[in-house]
Amino acid sequence: MCAAVCVIAFAACKNDTQSNADTTTTTNVASENSARQGQAFIKDDEGQPTVLDIAIGSESHSTLVAAVQAAELENALVNAGPLMVFAPTNEAFDALPEGTVEDLLKPENKPKLAYILKHHVTPGNYDKEFLKKFKKLGQASNQNIAVTVEGDDVYVGGAKILASVPAGNGIVHVVDKVIIPEQ
Amino acid sequence: MKRLFKSISLLALVAGVFTSCNNSESSNNGDRGALASNVAEKVYVAPGEHDDYYAFISGGYSGNLTVYGLPSGRMFKEIPVFSQFPTSGYGYSEETKPMLNTSHGFIPWDDSHHPDISQTNGKLDGRWVFINGNNTPRIAKIDLKTFETTEIIEVPNSGGNHSSSFVTENTEYVVAGTRFSVPIPQQDISIKEYKGKFKGTLSFISVDPEDGRMAIKFQLLMPGFDYDLGHPGRGKSHGWFFFTTYNTEEAHTLLEVNASQNDKDFIAAINWKAIEEYVNNGGGKMMPAKYAHNVYDEHTHSATSTMMDEVLMVDPTEVPGAVFLLPTPKSPHGVDVDPSGEYIIGNGKLSADLTIHSFDNMINAIENEKFDGDAYGIPIIQFEDVLEGTVTQAGLGPLHTEFDGKGNAYTTFFISSELVKWNLETREVIDRQPNYYSVGHVMIPGGNSREPFGKYAVAMNKITKDRYLPTGPELEHSAQLFDISGEKMELLLDFPTHGEPHYAAGIPADIIKENSQKIYRLEDNKHKYVTPTAGDARVERNGNEVHIYMSMIRSHFTPDNIEGIKVGDKVYFHITNHEQDFDVPHGFAMMGANNAELLIMPGQTKTLFWEPKQVGVWPFYCTDFCSALHQEMQGYIRVSPASSNLELSWSLGE
Repeated sequence: MCAAVCVIAFAACKNDTQSNADTTTTTNVASENSARQGQAFIKDDEGQPTVLDIAIGSESHSTLVAAVQAAELENALVNAGPLMVFAPTNEAFDALPEGTVEDLLKPENKPKLAYILKHHVTPGNYDKEFLKKFKKLGQASNQNIAVTVEGDDVYVGGAKILASVPAGNGIVHVVDKVIIPEQ
Repeated sequence: MKRLFKSISLLALVAGVFTSCNNSESSNNGDRGALASNVAEKVYVAPGEHDDYYAFISGGYSGNLTVYGLPSGRMFKEIPVFSQFPTSGYGYSEETKPMLNTSHGFIPWDDSHHPDISQTNGKLDGRWVFINGNNTPRIAKIDLKTFETTEIIEVPNSGGNHSSSFVTENTEYVVAGTRFSVPIPQQDISIKEYKGKFKGTLSFISVDPEDGRMAIKFQLLMPGFDYDLGHPGRGKSHGWFFFTTYNTEEAHTLLEVNASQNDKDFIAAINWKAIEEYVNNGGGKMMPAKYAHNVYDEHTHSATSTMMDEVLMVDPTEVPGAVFLLPTPKSPHGVDVDPSGEYIIGNGKLSADLTIHSFDNMINAIENEKFDGDAYGIPIIQFEDVLEGTVTQAGLGPLHTEFDGKGNAYTTFFISSELVKWNLETREVIDRQPNYYSVGHVMIPGGNSREPFGKYAVAMNKITKDRYLPTGPELEHSAQLFDISGEKMELLLDFPTHGEPHYAAGIPADIIKENSQKIYRLEDNKHKYVTPTAGDARVERNGNEVHIYMSMIRSHFTPDNIEGIKVGDKVYFHITNHEQDFDVPHGFAMMGANNAELLIMPGQTKTLFWEPKQVGVWPFYCTDFCSALHQEMQGYIRVSPASSNLELSWSLGE
């Protein structure tokens, strides 16, 4: 586990230097600050954990966390929300065709990665039972995903909800598949 | 499940690494000291110098309006509007209590939302600023000569007065729309009968061009949607008004699910000029409606409240060609019309995109009847025919857009917490800046007019968290000031705002500062209970009602010793400030009075009500440090038992 964390942390720092290098040609001071500033970086051990905290704290979501950090979406996951995150497990990422994750983590694919991740986020906060009321959900990618019910199981965009963890700013539903946008 | 719970040590490790990244970055910043100090210079207003702009920032649940300077971010004044304000006695003094009267009786509070400055020919004229009370629907007018609230009109047939208070190009109207639809007229029916029975109204309140007096010209009876925000047409679209709607599903419970079912809601386009003509020719129906109209007169220094009993209601289906619905994705919040009047921007608050409709497209679609059905008889224009384009993946959760007058738009994104600059023609994103945190509205001075002043933008945030020294769980909201004069936006300043600013209106200081009044002329004081000279000071009894005519000047009250007051009396202190110097108010506070102090401006009369309950000798004093002998500015009132026969007497220096 330590290895995974160290890699993530290293990646974050590396991104940092990269963004500094990118922006030194402009005179915009504020944007240089922005990469590692924001709500995601506030020390708060009193409040309920955010959806990001929950993902970071989960061993089985290290790929997702690495992806969020590569796409620099941390701040989007800690704001007032409400945010419902469908969090594919490491196994779900492993099930993608070989090389897909590595490819998406490349800096030049950042917009594509961000788009796929946003496809896993709904502005809303509904537990699994409540989700049965929906036929579809409008995702942050601006695409809809279908909600289907089979017995006690709820599927979103074809991915089955395995477990759910409420967060301070929403809820994390663990899912068994990566939900790939149609477009 | 267990493995999901966060491991504190893991989190701490990651946080630690982030911190070290942060550190290295701040040392980078340290190397760029020259740039940093350049930012400081841009907001520095030297001692004694004035700011370039006034910003009138709504106080949200404070019910008030605050006045700030830009670029310094200094707060100059809190203007009481809908809320009692013990600082000045507004809403506590007998003269101002009528300002807070409504059809529901006296209401000491409201939720103030969207200020807008009066305009002439689409340009800010700086005469008045209007603001809406959201909870018990009202529109207030603040005079920018005295910076005082001088008029409040209640809006009947409304609930949650949110799509308000926006002015048309010549301040012909200040417009107010209901957020919550209600039974019209109100009646005792089941909430389950919402669909079809509940209606929304859009109110057009005329403003007299001379004295600014408001009157409800007409209300438009619309389907039972939620009307969220509004924006007048500009230039070629002058004469039209646009309102966003959500809950076109007409749900009455669990709206977070039930009002998000439709992919698209509507922007309602209202040709108010056509309706005005219809009304002027006798159209519409008078219907009973109870609402208060409260007016403050600066000569009598007193407000009156008049209860109105009817309002003119217009059925949109009886005015063909006046009302249309433009489909707009994802429960739009703001609708904003660019300074040219051509682009109508829908900010779908659950979307990542912005929807841009074209006024020309709309007119063309209307002329060619490109409709996609109707809602309660109101034609729905086909989405593809009114749409000009979208700004795709601009951010997440767009709320509101302002303009710089140079072809650019600035949109706030709540969920992704950023301000995004984009080009109106190419619809390409030019720059994005993070906001700290979760921005609501943005304000560019004049950004709501035909001629914005594209120098600064103020982002008003909903969440503060760690921006300032912590003050416990409750924090003031944060705002960020950006310099928008260049290609990229530059963060200049971060400052706290009071209450919850929902919107603001900014104006160059030069337009209004010379008109700001310094004193009230004592000889113009027409107050019923004025004490024009110290010789007129006296105490009069009428049964158990006692009227004290008192004057004040540095540094005494006339009279300052009063005897003959009894327990159970109803005592009115009518106090006139005899000063005629700029910025020499006096205060008045009576021990045991169950209300507030009075802060009385030079030349002004105010009245405090007091019911003495205990026998004894009770002091009063001046609360505003007025002179070197301020501490001597005091007096006593003797209160005798109710059965006492002591005659009234009063004196000064005896």
